[in-house]
Amino acid sequence: MLHTVNKSPFQNTTLMDCARFLQSGDVLLLLEDGVFACQTGTAHSALVEGLLQQVKVYALRADLKARAITQLIPGVQVTDYAGFVDLLEEHKVHSWL
Amino acid sequence: MAEEIKKIMFTVRKPPHGSIYVYEGLEVKLIMAAYDADISVVFMDDGVYALKQGQDTKELGIKGFAATYGALMDYEIQKVFVDRHSMEVRGMTEADLLIIGEDEETEEPVKPRVIDSREIAAMMAEQHNILSF
Amino acid sequence: MKIAVCIYEGPYNHEASDSAYNFIKAAIDKGHEIQGIFFYHDGVYNVTKLMEPPQDDRHIANRWSALGATGIDIVVCIAAAKRRGIVDDVLVPHVRISGLGQLTMMTIQADRMVVFGD
Repeated sequence: MLHTVNKSPFQNTTLMDCARFLQSGDVLLLLEDGVFACQTGTAHSALVEGLLQQVKVYALRADLKARAITQLIPGVQVTDYAGFVDLLEEHKVHSWL
Repeated sequence: MAEEIKKIMFTVRKPPHGSIYVYEGLEVKLIMAAYDADISVVFMDDGVYALKQGQDTKELGIKGFAATYGALMDYEIQKVFVDRHSMEVRGMTEADLLIIGEDEETEEPVKPRVIDSREIAAMMAEQHNILSF
Repeated sequence: MKIAVCIYEGPYNHEASDSAYNFIKAAIDKGHEIQGIFFYHDGVYNVTKLMEPPQDDRHIANRWSALGATGIDIVVCIAAAKRRGIVDDVLVPHVRISGLGQLTMMTIQADRMVVFGD
């Protein structure tokens, strides 16, 4: 399953909440303010570092660029809207709101 | 051959009254219940507060809707679950949950089933589509 | 794939509308069918012709209208719309007001239902 999270972990617990429901083989896509979770050296970096042990994590390029995020946690893959669509071909989706 | 009935899950993650999502989300469930779909509803995170007994919105001056949950089973929505972890961290117990209908045979009041996150995750993986409110 | 999209938030106030639009364009470019677009909650504000953003900014209602002109079914929930004062007279062309039955049908019939919100 593809899980999408659009909120910053500094603002909102959605990413932590979503993490409890991830299964092996799932994919996490961070978009909108969710991309703040991908930065290295923050109080919440360990969250995505941990998730990468279990699932693939993608971040939407347009949202990273808009927010000037350049230091990504190693292992996070950058994708675009076309890549988002491609992920849907392989996975059902749960948009966490 | 009849088309396979699709599994549709609703998650309720937001608390009631601070925003309209839970209320308008309930309206979607009631409408969908009239269609051929295998509906399940999972209350989790702050959504568990929507099931708290004793909500009284009169002084606030907004229309309450907790009473409508009492008719969920009348609408044929039988699969109603609550995430155990979400309740525990919020200090809620089963006693706090409101009733969603009565058992057809025994006529005993029925409350939503409290289950573990792992079970919910497995259910999510089986769904055709999921709507979050 | 048949993809349906639901949008819960109004234009400009949240990124939901933009994310949804960009996603839909990408899906179309890849040859997928957009089963329908459904506006719920404050999403109903996306398609009012009374919208007047600055000239150098995207006009969200007009671009939904342009998408609707290609034949994609763009639906605004009647209950949410009435509550928020969105009526037929203020809609941009190529979108329509209808009931939650449409959201139901989209969710059941689409291979994927993607939701954009807060």
